[in-house]
Amino acid sequence: MIDTLPLIIATVMTAATPLLIAALGEHVVERAGILNLGVEGMMIVGAATGFAVAVLTDSSVVGLLAGALAGMALSALFGVMVVFFATNQVATGLALTILGLGLAGLIGQDFVGQPRAAIPPIEIPVLKDIPLLGKAIFTGDVVFFLSLILIVLVAFVLNRTRIGLLLRSVGENHVSAHALGLPVRKLRFWAILFGGLMAGLAGAYLSLIYTRFWSPGMSAGRGWIALALVVFAAGHVWRLVLGSYLFGGITVAQLHAQAGAIALPSQLLSALPYLMTIAALLVLSLSGRKGAGAAGSLGQPFVPER
Amino acid sequence: MGELVRLSGITKYFGALMANSSIDLKLHAGEIHALLGENGAGKSTLVKILYGLLSPDSGEIRINGEVVTLSSPREARARGIGMVFQHFSLFEDFTALENIAIPLEGAVADKALREKVRAKAEHFGLAIDLDRPVYTLSAGERQRIEILRALMQDPKLLILDEPTSVLTPSESEALFKTLDKLAAEGASLLFISHKLEEVRRLCTAATVLRAGRVVAEADPRAVSARELAGLMVGDGVIDLRAAAAHSYGEAVLECTKLTVEAESIHGVRLSEASISVRAGEIVAIAGVAGNGQSELYAAISGEGGTVTSGTIRIAGRDVTAADINARRRAGAAFVPEARLGQATLPQTALSDNIVLSWHATEKIGGLFIDKGRLMDVAGDIIQRFDVRVPSPDPLAAQLSGGNLQKYIVGREVKRNPKLIVIDQPSWGVDARAATHIRQTLIDLAGQGTAVLVITQDLDEALMLADFIVVMREGELSPAQRVHDVTREAIGMMMTHREHGEGAHI
Repeated sequence: MIDTLPLIIATVMTAATPLLIAALGEHVVERAGILNLGVEGMMIVGAATGFAVAVLTDSSVVGLLAGALAGMALSALFGVMVVFFATNQVATGLALTILGLGLAGLIGQDFVGQPRAAIPPIEIPVLKDIPLLGKAIFTGDVVFFLSLILIVLVAFVLNRTRIGLLLRSVGENHVSAHALGLPVRKLRFWAILFGGLMAGLAGAYLSLIYTRFWSPGMSAGRGWIALALVVFAAGHVWRLVLGSYLFGGITVAQLHAQAGAIALPSQLLSALPYLMTIAALLVLSLSGRKGAGAAGSLGQPFVPER
Repeated sequence: MGELVRLSGITKYFGALMANSSIDLKLHAGEIHALLGENGAGKSTLVKILYGLLSPDSGEIRINGEVVTLSSPREARARGIGMVFQHFSLFEDFTALENIAIPLEGAVADKALREKVRAKAEHFGLAIDLDRPVYTLSAGERQRIEILRALMQDPKLLILDEPTSVLTPSESEALFKTLDKLAAEGASLLFISHKLEEVRRLCTAATVLRAGRVVAEADPRAVSARELAGLMVGDGVIDLRAAAAHSYGEAVLECTKLTVEAESIHGVRLSEASISVRAGEIVAIAGVAGNGQSELYAAISGEGGTVTSGTIRIAGRDVTAADINARRRAGAAFVPEARLGQATLPQTALSDNIVLSWHATEKIGGLFIDKGRLMDVAGDIIQRFDVRVPSPDPLAAQLSGGNLQKYIVGREVKRNPKLIVIDQPSWGVDARAATHIRQTLIDLAGQGTAVLVITQDLDEALMLADFIVVMREGELSPAQRVHDVTREAIGMMMTHREHGEGAHI
């Protein structure tokens, strides 16, 4: 058990990283008052584009970048519609997911089944030699370390900087924000682009680092889990991190349980992360804190009078 | 003193609706200038133009003689114009300090800002706890934040849109002290208010708007409040007629030790609230908004509210657990605060809107709705209650606030209720319609109906009611005969908590 522990920790991290990145992006979007249900769609397009570009350029790093940009391009479409044409956010987000799933199939159709080599891991000198944990935590892929930086960055920018303050005010009350002269729509659009970038990166991570192959539908509902995590986080980045690793842990535990001795149908175990998502949301909504933690103007279209 | 701002020929249309028509306005440094007019006279449009929120179709704005284009509030602020909004533009979940930081270029809620804010607050005698989230604060405290936020940018002109509409008399008095000081330091103030006594107390000049045009300029200290009202309304103000002397009957509404849970995390819990209203009597519940009024209305009407203990009786029947229709059948009628969406369906014809409350007690058809009957009833209400309509049977959303409110009150009155409960009868309603609605309520009581009015407008409570009850932090005071109380005493009861807090002003 002790020997496999570093390996288990490392897999938990790989499983958690895409969730965390996508959720961080959506967290910023929701703080700005926009609900983008298209995370799943942006993720899968990021996965397909990232993989395709990586194969074509023979560079996984370029692939990651391309995946992120593809997610952002899709989010720009969403942004133009909900921010500038004030369409219904729920409907537009769902449409984005459906579009994304189809688009990803198209982009990735020539790349199904092709294998991809791993990106060499980054090792932090000295720290990696700490017994047991060193190899698990201080050796990882580039995106994992990037995600750690992103956690700090998102928390810092949202809570400590001027742009974060403005972004949150736009989400909290867009009527007041507009009355004070804040560029409500511009700020929201930028937030949406950031969310798309993150979702795309998370998707590319799936195909280039997590599984290292492309297959249609491979995001397998992770975008929805990321959305649930944002609700679960209720405005706190640390809860987002906690939630992501919890779900990463459940995913890995489920894999180990399937391979191991637990006498339960494997389908049930595979369903575990999704069941946990529902349970977490249920607990949250039953705890009676009506709307607590969500941005005040979340999901409402905004049209300034002029 | 010198001329600071000059508006000339300001005209603004919303589609075909004329909001402002060649308006001229001059503001001098050190002057508190009143902008008067009924709802819909174009005051808000004009100040939004001055604050860069709306752009005029024609006309020009000069600041210190220089023609300027104000295309956003940011530009207006950079030109020294600040604004305090009627419906506060605060962020509920943010702290006071964060709220103040938002419009300040380059500011974050840090120590340096805190020091600056504190110094400014001290200078103007504004007591504020900077670290509490806004949703925990009273209306007076919220307004102090709004004002402080505007003052942080040292405005040369400060616009205040109905700043006292949610304040208690003592809070208003404190506000006036701050404004006097500001004017004495050379700032110009544009003060919008309906409350003419206030205007006479505070302002040194006044411009009166009616239907989008300037109809008069006056020195409010030199003319009476009645004359000012006459200028605003146009063809004379109508006074309320008292009902003929009548005695009170049995209690129609009896709430006994009612405890109701808060509606939301920002709501107020009612604790052991008791009130009774007899036939022929008007009881007003006065109080600053957000002290449990909406919870009480929801509980009495049966629209919502989790009653955990106590009883509600309507016409002798225990309706504590009954729904709104059962209460209507017991003889009650309800007029909620929100006219569109709660009292009426906005995109539905007036005639069809009758069904909303009538289906419980009246015959409006069998399998199919009797449209002819609805049309007759609607026509009758429109005529009897002087509802001004753009077409014979318009959508509810097409009516102005005052006309829609008259229609809703008419709809309920026509059911001949034994009890009518009305929440904020004249909120956002023009003076003429407000008088009409108040007169209707007085006449109704004269005919033996029990009337319960929930209002934030203390003057309204005093002019309408036989008995007054003060609501504060979810508690109801005992009923007092209106003739036995003074405005000041009621004002104190509405706020005595804040009195302690504001002591070091």
